[in-house]
Amino acid sequence: MPDLGKYAFDVLASYGASLLLLGGLLALTLGRGAKVRQDMHKMEQRSKSRG
Amino acid sequence: MSIWEYANPKKFLTTSERVLPVLWVLAGVLCAVGLIWGFFFTPDDYRQGASVKIMFVHVPAAFIAINAWFMMLVASLIWVIRRHHVSALAAKAAAPVGVVMTLIALITGALWGHQIWGTWWVWDPRLTSFLVLFLFYLGYIALWSAIEDPDTAADLTSILCLVGSVFAVLSRYAVLFWNQGLHQGASLSLDKEENVADAFSNPLYVCMAGFGFLFLVLVLYRTGTEIRARRIRALMMRERMDA
Repeated sequence: MPDLGKYAFDVLASYGASLLLLGGLLALTLGRGAKVRQDMHKMEQRSKSRG
Repeated sequence: MSIWEYANPKKFLTTSERVLPVLWVLAGVLCAVGLIWGFFFTPDDYRQGASVKIMFVHVPAAFIAINAWFMMLVASLIWVIRRHHVSALAAKAAAPVGVVMTLIALITGALWGHQIWGTWWVWDPRLTSFLVLFLFYLGYIALWSAIEDPDTAADLTSILCLVGSVFAVLSRYAVLFWNQGLHQGASLSLDKEENVADAFSNPLYVCMAGFGFLFLVLVLYRTGTEIRARRIRALMMRERMDA
């Protein structure tokens, strides 16, 4: 760990906030993507079975 | 082969499915290498001390925040002129990525300014135009969710995107237009004299490439999701009409 001295709070908060926001964006993106994929698969199966 | 082939949702999905795994790896590796290099292996700046490490998240996030809006503008113009649904959905998909990048730039900028300028916020031209850009992103996302008909939503958000472009340009060039703010000029320059030292610029280039690939991969993935959501809506409408 580098010695951040008096800047430790601001540097760590910057990296922490950025990683948290990017992680949240990734989780939401992948979560919604998986759900929509599943829903579409179900809908297509249903419309196929109905002919 | 023409670029307009990708306006076909099926072609877009099959191509993006093929390239996404490679892009995910590239984005992950470049972001990890750039951020680890910038955080652990760069020296302190002679004036800013260790706070210079904030640059490795602040500059790439701000770079993507501005360019995401330009990408949305191009996609919106393609929608307005050629009525390709994929381009309207790509613009919609890019907005949440842009808003997160803008928020990161604002937060890290405030933390950096707190140490270097002695204040969290100042009504500097670049900071103010960036805040307005953030509000435009929120307005853009809200407009998409407020309008039920997707084509009308695409039309109206395209106009909003065009208006907001003024602030995207201002965010980038405000420092040059008004030489009265606290914010410095560009960190990276082709002029060797003006550019930051290689010890800082090299990891910064890697971070910028990483954030760039992350933006690309997120937009491609999210556009795929929007295309599928649109297909679900179409199938549901057909079911309702058949019933």
